[in-house]
Amino acid sequence: MSERVYLRRKWLNRIMLGLCGIAAASAIIMLALILGYTLARGIGAMNINFLISAAKPVGEVGGGMRNEIFGTFILVILGSVLAIPVGLMAGIFVSEFANPKVATAVRFAADILAGIPSIVVGVFAYAIVVQPMHSYSAISAGVALAIIMVPIVARTAEESLRLVPNSMREAALALGITRWRAVVGVIIPGALTGIMTGIMLAVARIAGETAPLIFTALGSQFGVQGLLKPIGALPLQIYHYALSPYRDQQQQAWAGAFLLILLVLGISILVRWISNRKHI
Amino acid sequence: MMTINNLVNENILPKLETTHNQHKDQKGILEVQDLSAWYGNALAIKHVSLTIKSRAITSIIGPSGCGKSTFIRCLNRMHEVSHGGHVEGCVLLDDKDIYARDVDPVVLRRRIGMVFQKPAPFPTMSIFDNVGAGLKLTRFFSKRWEIEEIVEKSLRRAALWDEVKDKLNQSGASLSGGQQQRLCIARAIAVEPEIILLDEPCSALDPASTLKIEDLMRNLAEQYTIVIVTHNMQQAARVSDMAVFFMMAPDKAGELVEYGSTSQIFTNPREKRTEDYITGRFG
Amino acid sequence: MRLINDNGPEAKSLMKARSWRYNPSTHFADKIFSNSTLIFAMIIVGILLSLVIVLAINAMPAINKFGFSFIGNSSWDAVRSVFGALPAIFGTLLSSAIGLLIAVPLSLGAAIFLVELAPLWLRGPASFVIEMLAAIPSVIIGLWGLFVLVPFVRKPIESWFGSKLGFLPLFQGPPFGVGFLAAGIILAIMVLPIITAMSRDAMRAVPDQQREAMLALGSTRWEMIRQSVLPNCRSGLVGAVILGLGRALGETMAVTMVIGNSYTISSSLFSPGSTIASKIANEFSEASSGVFVGSLMELALILFGITLVVNVIARVLLWRMTAVKGTME
Repeated sequence: MSERVYLRRKWLNRIMLGLCGIAAASAIIMLALILGYTLARGIGAMNINFLISAAKPVGEVGGGMRNEIFGTFILVILGSVLAIPVGLMAGIFVSEFANPKVATAVRFAADILAGIPSIVVGVFAYAIVVQPMHSYSAISAGVALAIIMVPIVARTAEESLRLVPNSMREAALALGITRWRAVVGVIIPGALTGIMTGIMLAVARIAGETAPLIFTALGSQFGVQGLLKPIGALPLQIYHYALSPYRDQQQQAWAGAFLLILLVLGISILVRWISNRKHI
Repeated sequence: MMTINNLVNENILPKLETTHNQHKDQKGILEVQDLSAWYGNALAIKHVSLTIKSRAITSIIGPSGCGKSTFIRCLNRMHEVSHGGHVEGCVLLDDKDIYARDVDPVVLRRRIGMVFQKPAPFPTMSIFDNVGAGLKLTRFFSKRWEIEEIVEKSLRRAALWDEVKDKLNQSGASLSGGQQQRLCIARAIAVEPEIILLDEPCSALDPASTLKIEDLMRNLAEQYTIVIVTHNMQQAARVSDMAVFFMMAPDKAGELVEYGSTSQIFTNPREKRTEDYITGRFG
Repeated sequence: MRLINDNGPEAKSLMKARSWRYNPSTHFADKIFSNSTLIFAMIIVGILLSLVIVLAINAMPAINKFGFSFIGNSSWDAVRSVFGALPAIFGTLLSSAIGLLIAVPLSLGAAIFLVELAPLWLRGPASFVIEMLAAIPSVIIGLWGLFVLVPFVRKPIESWFGSKLGFLPLFQGPPFGVGFLAAGIILAIMVLPIITAMSRDAMRAVPDQQREAMLALGSTRWEMIRQSVLPNCRSGLVGAVILGLGRALGETMAVTMVIGNSYTISSSLFSPGSTIASKIANEFSEASSGVFVGSLMELALILFGITLVVNVIARVLLWRMTAVKGTME
């Protein structure tokens, strides 16, 4: 009797633990499938033309995503320029100046903002930038990407600033340094690795964002024409070409995906390497 | 001697008066008057009055939790940096209350420097930049040679120059614990304070490093006024000229029990509680 | 005893030269700095508030015209200018439900593996691999879904279920490949790393003594996990799942690419459909009339409202967990 109970417990244990292992393995296999397939098809579709030439009109074979790659570069810079000051300063405020209640409120707001679907952010950017200006534009896409980026930068900046030991703050103040110079000269340098990795993660995130670009950046057949005009972007072009009936454009979508995945995962791996090095 | 002193001890009042007079005719640099300090609603020290003498080492001793650190942090207004920290009473520096409204705590802390229990070199800065940090961050324009000069002078005074002169560009975190603490002392000296507060500076150090810091303190006392909190009574006896004994009152707030010359406190305490503590009867 | 009076003229003059009066300029800079950080922090709060206000104002044409019938109406007719949100809301909820149904057991299993079972050397790399899955842009998952998953769903899965279980309304209709099932599977892939990472953190927060006490009673490892680890971090796990739900509800690109984009309500998992997000993504650049744009804005407002509620619940649960952890330490 007790022998049977024991055996049942033992087998239940083995089965459940085995299922957990299978679950973990399936997650990893999923990644391998997606990554492997994208990289394999992407590298097959990749060629020098893809990188250096502009898109051809619909139906024509050839052409590339030069303008869209450049466009993504511009949009990421634009988003970062708008978002990093806001996120960084907000992080400094929460970590260094806010009283606990206000700090909790700002932190909560940032968390909620981070959870808002990017398509909603795109609609918002459309309403506040595209509508008043009567034109789709790079700047409206930059605003949308910045709104997505701000909470990520703010939260990681705040968390890395809080990791700077209080003894550093006291030591700085005891030297007769004013608070803002202590923050800028001592505390931010101490948290710089964390702040930088946060910014890089946020960049990786917005580089691949597509939904908020559909009706802000819109895409452009004429290349980059300035910040007030529509602009193409790599993920947006992948989306358009993926749904295209032309095989050549589908191929280009895979090549674009290959490039985008290298960029995004490259940043993730770099971040991982930097933060690991910091702990040693 | 002892017996006579013990006899005098029985009659506390006249002796108190004499010590009071004794303080009057020696110049005090800091005069603490009826100082109480709180953390939020919790009273940490109450009604402390004493005069700290210029260019001497004053040690503050007492069992842990008696408010020694709180007291020393009140002397350069670091106490108010802690969450909920506030004080009542005055601390006079040059007859001016440092808690007066027009006193800038930032400027005050340049005159009264502080070194903490745990060595806290700024980890992202080189040894050179650590020592120069106070100068660079308090002035907008400093010439490089000026800073170099002050850094070298401060490191020499902190008896660290010979050990680090060849690696000034290395991180401050690469030094040993004792060296880090002397680096922090050099950093504090570099802004040329008049008073240096040391909050248990040796509690994280090995005996050899401790000895070096004690020698350093004796040298520094020629130019600076030093106040040191220590839980190590031998250390207080070795290095200090004056000693203050703190204890926790029944209401958990720290109070000043006795203040006098170190030799008097250690050989001939007037208060029963001091004697009990010094002879190791508790604490 | 050193007697004082050897201060010397030099020291005296030094003291005098150093004013210690309140220096307005240094404190002015301090004030400017701390206040400007405050302003930037308020920008975050401001964005959140203006999101609601701007969406509501822009949705006014639709709100005025349809009122509450917008939510219950299932037509989307640009010619007659009659719009309703029901199929989109239905599609959003159904695809997210399928996604969570698949993802929750997998993520909890993976999290248990990462915290309790995996050998130490494997934990870091395995966590990293799962986090990388979260970093893959949604459009790439959609691309993969469109070219790899959809044919797979159409041929083996839908044909098989259709022929064997076709009598159930759940599995009726022609196998398109694109549809709620494909969207659900894609969403499962996308929320799996989030739920795994958050529930891994929640399980890690359970102190080791709890585990040891259970093992010392002679429990197996599974019994220890079941009776000591999981109950101790329940609110964290629920928070993780709800956070995943928030992500699934708002996910746009990958879903848009595989859901088929037909504006229908169907009991069949194989049927193509729409979600709120996919509807906005598909129609926005074509919207012409004020009521049309207003309806899309109202859809965005509804999506914002749903994800806001879901995220607030998730954050409160997760924060309560960290607060409990804080008091335990």
